[in-house]
Amino acid sequence: MSVRLRGRPDAGTVFIDTDSAPRVLHCGESLLEARLPVGTRVVYARPPIAPVPDAHQAIREAIENPLGCDPLPAQLRPGMRATIAMDDISLPLPPMERPDVRQTALEVLLPILAAAGVDDIHLLVANSLHRKMTEGEMRRAVGDDIHREFYPDRYYCHDAEDPQGLVTVGTTPHGERLRLSRRACESDLLIYLNINLVPMDGGHKSVTVGLCDYESLRPHHEPQTILDSDSYMDPARSALSRKCDRMGRLVDAALDVFHVETVLNNRMYPPELAFLAKNEDDFDDRDRLKLRAARLALDRLPWSARRAFFQRLPAPYGLIGCWAGRTEPVHERTLARCFEQYAVAVEGQCDVLIAGVPYISPYNVNSILNPILVQVMGPGYLFNLYRGRPLVRRGGVLILAHPCYDAFDTASHPSYVEFFHRLLPETRDAFELRERYEESFARDPRYVAAYRHGHAYHGAHPFFMWYWGENGRRHLGKIIVVGAENGYVPERLGWERAASLEEAIAMGRSHVGRSAEVTMLHLPPIVIADVA
Amino acid sequence: MIRALGPGAAFYDLDGTLVRTNLVHVLLFYARNDRGVLKSLQRTAVSLAGIPLFFAAERVSRQAFNEVFFRFFRGLTADRLRLLAEELWEQVLEPALRPEAAELIERSRAQGLRQVLVTGAFDLAVAPLVRELGFDDCGANRLDLADGRATGHLVPPVMAGAAKAGWIRAYAEREGLSLGSSYAYADSLSDLPMLSVVGRPTAVNPDAGLRRVAREQGWPVLRLS
Repeated sequence: MSVRLRGRPDAGTVFIDTDSAPRVLHCGESLLEARLPVGTRVVYARPPIAPVPDAHQAIREAIENPLGCDPLPAQLRPGMRATIAMDDISLPLPPMERPDVRQTALEVLLPILAAAGVDDIHLLVANSLHRKMTEGEMRRAVGDDIHREFYPDRYYCHDAEDPQGLVTVGTTPHGERLRLSRRACESDLLIYLNINLVPMDGGHKSVTVGLCDYESLRPHHEPQTILDSDSYMDPARSALSRKCDRMGRLVDAALDVFHVETVLNNRMYPPELAFLAKNEDDFDDRDRLKLRAARLALDRLPWSARRAFFQRLPAPYGLIGCWAGRTEPVHERTLARCFEQYAVAVEGQCDVLIAGVPYISPYNVNSILNPILVQVMGPGYLFNLYRGRPLVRRGGVLILAHPCYDAFDTASHPSYVEFFHRLLPETRDAFELRERYEESFARDPRYVAAYRHGHAYHGAHPFFMWYWGENGRRHLGKIIVVGAENGYVPERLGWERAASLEEAIAMGRSHVGRSAEVTMLHLPPIVIADVA
Repeated sequence: MIRALGPGAAFYDLDGTLVRTNLVHVLLFYARNDRGVLKSLQRTAVSLAGIPLFFAAERVSRQAFNEVFFRFFRGLTADRLRLLAEELWEQVLEPALRPEAAELIERSRAQGLRQVLVTGAFDLAVAPLVRELGFDDCGANRLDLADGRATGHLVPPVMAGAAKAGWIRAYAEREGLSLGSSYAYADSLSDLPMLSVVGRPTAVNPDAGLRRVAREQGWPVLRLS
């Protein structure tokens, strides 16, 4: 074991010493403090990049100086039909303080369209197979004035199951058929308003996923594509990205798309919780007091109250970049900026990786992080937060912290309940699940009705979430969870359970060897590990 | 090894589930349309006066409600009941049909599921609805008739509560259907037996009791308009 006491090889990495402070981990809606073994490497997020001084101005400049096409005003003509599609509530995470960047961008875009005589404008939430947003969530995303003017007739959510609302755009040379929103396809101009939080967002994925139907997702939302992605946070090595790009070229050939991509910094904690992003060795008395108060309060509240506490804390994100124009050149610039904020250089892989699972994922805003979503956070997103090589070596151990409560929001995730309680006891094999059950869940009339007429994720969504963890599951030798309030949820996910982090590390070492290199990914804010 | 389930059916409750109306609307329709103005006024007045009694009986049990309720049909001829059923569909039930109901049935049929209505309403009254929505079968109450007139009693078993579940179980056995792969849709806690007997129960605009059970059991909850 190479021990570099207190070493700071770069800004993002710290090594645990004998007198290091305990580290703080998210464990769902609570916080754990744990003393890590000497020599443990802790990887921190970069500090937030300073936001642009005037977000409206930055967006306006991007629109007037687009990449690969004429400025937006030059593309407009009176009487044309325009659709502005935008990311749904899964971005950013957690929801940002008002004004949301969607509102800011619309406050720039709508007057430009109006000045050009464009009045047939629809605002379309590109929720794909995610749940439709509630009216309150939609109002919050665009602000009261825009909501009042457009909702509900001209501001609504995409419906991937509306038989009249979809049209076929084409089929790729690989046989992947793409069907998209009729309104988007029949518009003279489709403007896509994106929020890029991690590198798997944006680009061609915005339109081809956000506005498509179930059949169009199947070619890439499947386990082999995930296995072939190394990782899906690294677009250059992501089979998921490649497939979306192929479909995106169909879109470029058929539609006029003007892409507006925004990049946010990683300032996700409000000031009262900002200490959670700090190196614990740098805590001052006030930080320690806040941590103690937060832990005391959270530990005494029921889960629902803890959840409400966290979900009501919006993030003070700042805009750090905006580019507009053709999808590919825009996304190239966006990704570069995104990596500037999120990529942290890390030297070498580890044998045991530790990460706390926070209370939120893209799929449970204002809802519960159910067991399948805990899974997508662990071997799914947390494992995939790398570029180059996985942060943990093949056959290594992933230690997660989460209560793993057996709780589901049946309004948001009705098909997840059946997936977890009926299918997983039979098999955890992603290919078998897809082959035998995915389509029947997708076509299940109850789930279709709940998606179309309620606020439920599509019936097939839990399958996608299971596939999302496929490369992690295959790569890792063991997953151990700390803080689980029961044994059967971890067992059903194929995980082991430990009473404490110390015990989990000991279990990990017994699996990979006494000299195991241990690394903790200090999340959130998000880190993409650039593993040399 | 994953066990394959056989073909199933989708069983639907009617009142409050597929339509926004309930049995009282049906009764009032028949009362309003009784032969002659005087008879009609008299039957309507009696029916309206009976509403508190229906509520009281329902508090005892759904079975008790049905026994009290169907007495109000005494004396109506089968021909008239049948004739008025068409108007009942056009004037009461079709306008009260939840807009999403037809799509739900259609998608369900596309999955190869048999479509079956299981209702506490009586068969003559719902016959046009069964036809128009394309149900394959219907389990409904049957009015006891003597000399072509309703006696005010039902032919047992009275279709309510556990009897609905029993009917579904017998139907599935007779038709060779798998209850495990069958669906049921209902809105009320009184339909809990019917929901519990299938593998895929769904609460539709549930009352407070059923909402609580659905939450505890992890059953999907549909909110239809």
